[in-house]
Amino acid sequence: MNGIHDMGGMDGFGPVDPDESGPVFHGKWEGQVMAASRVMGAVGAWNIDQGRYGIEQLPPHRYLTSYYHRWLARCESALVKYGYADSDEIAAGHSLRPGKTPPRGKFTVANLDRISRRGTFTRPEPAPARFAVGDRVVAKNVHPKGHTRLPRYVRGHVGVVERLHGCQVFPDSAAMGEGDNPQWLYTVRFDGRDLWGADADPTLKVSVEAFEPYLDPA
Amino acid sequence: MTTHDHHDHDHGHHHGHDHDEASELSETELRVRALQTILIEKGYTDPAALDAIVETYETKIGPHIGARIVARAWADSGFRQALLADASKAAAPFGHDGKVGDHLVAVENTPDRHNVVVCTLCSCYPWDVLGLPPVWYKSFAYRSRTVKEPRAVLREFGLTVPEQSEIRVWDSTAEVRYLVLPERPAGTDGWSEEQLAELVTRDSMIGTGLPRTPAGDRA
Repeated sequence: MNGIHDMGGMDGFGPVDPDESGPVFHGKWEGQVMAASRVMGAVGAWNIDQGRYGIEQLPPHRYLTSYYHRWLARCESALVKYGYADSDEIAAGHSLRPGKTPPRGKFTVANLDRISRRGTFTRPEPAPARFAVGDRVVAKNVHPKGHTRLPRYVRGHVGVVERLHGCQVFPDSAAMGEGDNPQWLYTVRFDGRDLWGADADPTLKVSVEAFEPYLDPA
Repeated sequence: MTTHDHHDHDHGHHHGHDHDEASELSETELRVRALQTILIEKGYTDPAALDAIVETYETKIGPHIGARIVARAWADSGFRQALLADASKAAAPFGHDGKVGDHLVAVENTPDRHNVVVCTLCSCYPWDVLGLPPVWYKSFAYRSRTVKEPRAVLREFGLTVPEQSEIRVWDSTAEVRYLVLPERPAGTDGWSEEQLAELVTRDSMIGTGLPRTPAGDRA
């Protein structure tokens, strides 16, 4: 979806404040939201792409609050969407009926390694790669209504394949609950002037990770 | 305009009157308490597990892991080559519990090329080697501008990259995670890995800074 989350190249957000490093969590609640959200991912209630899609679907004015406010709103809506709580329970602040058994059961301290280690997204290759390092490719001019990881700022532009990363879970499918649908993943490098016009920084090269369905031969 | 990502204004409420910062925070805290309560009462987890997750990211996983990886690469050219060839494999022994995610890629700064990492679509970040991202990494300003005007963004960090150098921006749009391998500071011949690791800043591994120099200032 062409949402507020797709920010590459937007103007108007002001300067970056590099001193905004701060503590890991600004308030205790931020850490608690992070933990609650990670737990529901770790028990298999929703996958990472469904989680991201949940955040993207927040109305722009809610998206533009803060990182952990977004996580909180996403967690509340995903609990309801995937059947792990009902909205009256969210409003009441308590469980009013038994929960649903998550695919990987209850999360306890014995499962901490599921949080501290990133999962693997690599899958067996269903077909040979269509592109090779050095190939010129064009990012498709597509505007899907669902979840996608092809940012708007590269669509329609020609780049060069720089790396192959094997076949990985295709977010556009996984976010919709349609399974892994593994696709080849490439690093595609673009020239800054192709993306941003003749006045752009001539020394700039920008890459994205692009799944094969995002690309056509140039 | 300095709209930043960390402000606690909840524009989602519609109560028809203004809240001050404190009451808005407590409203948020109440929602978080409700969330935790539901997860625990429904048996999805328990309080000890929630606390342990927070503690892991507050105390155990952070940029000190990445700093040790960079220091080893500076000290050992064989390790440097292994890191650039397969960072997940090479970096694994340095990770929390002896493992890092399997899509880590190390990209090397050279005199002709400066690497910068961003995630324009959300805030993808190599958690397992750098910990949780700093606030600025998640800010709308950093996410929107880094792919378009990286030199201006870097100047806001006090970093001026030589005009002739290529600026290489890596937008983390999938599950690949990037670690910048900065150049080793001059004047560090014979330093131990422990000494070298002290020079490696978090920002130098994202590309928005350089390592400290032996003189103590940031190059």
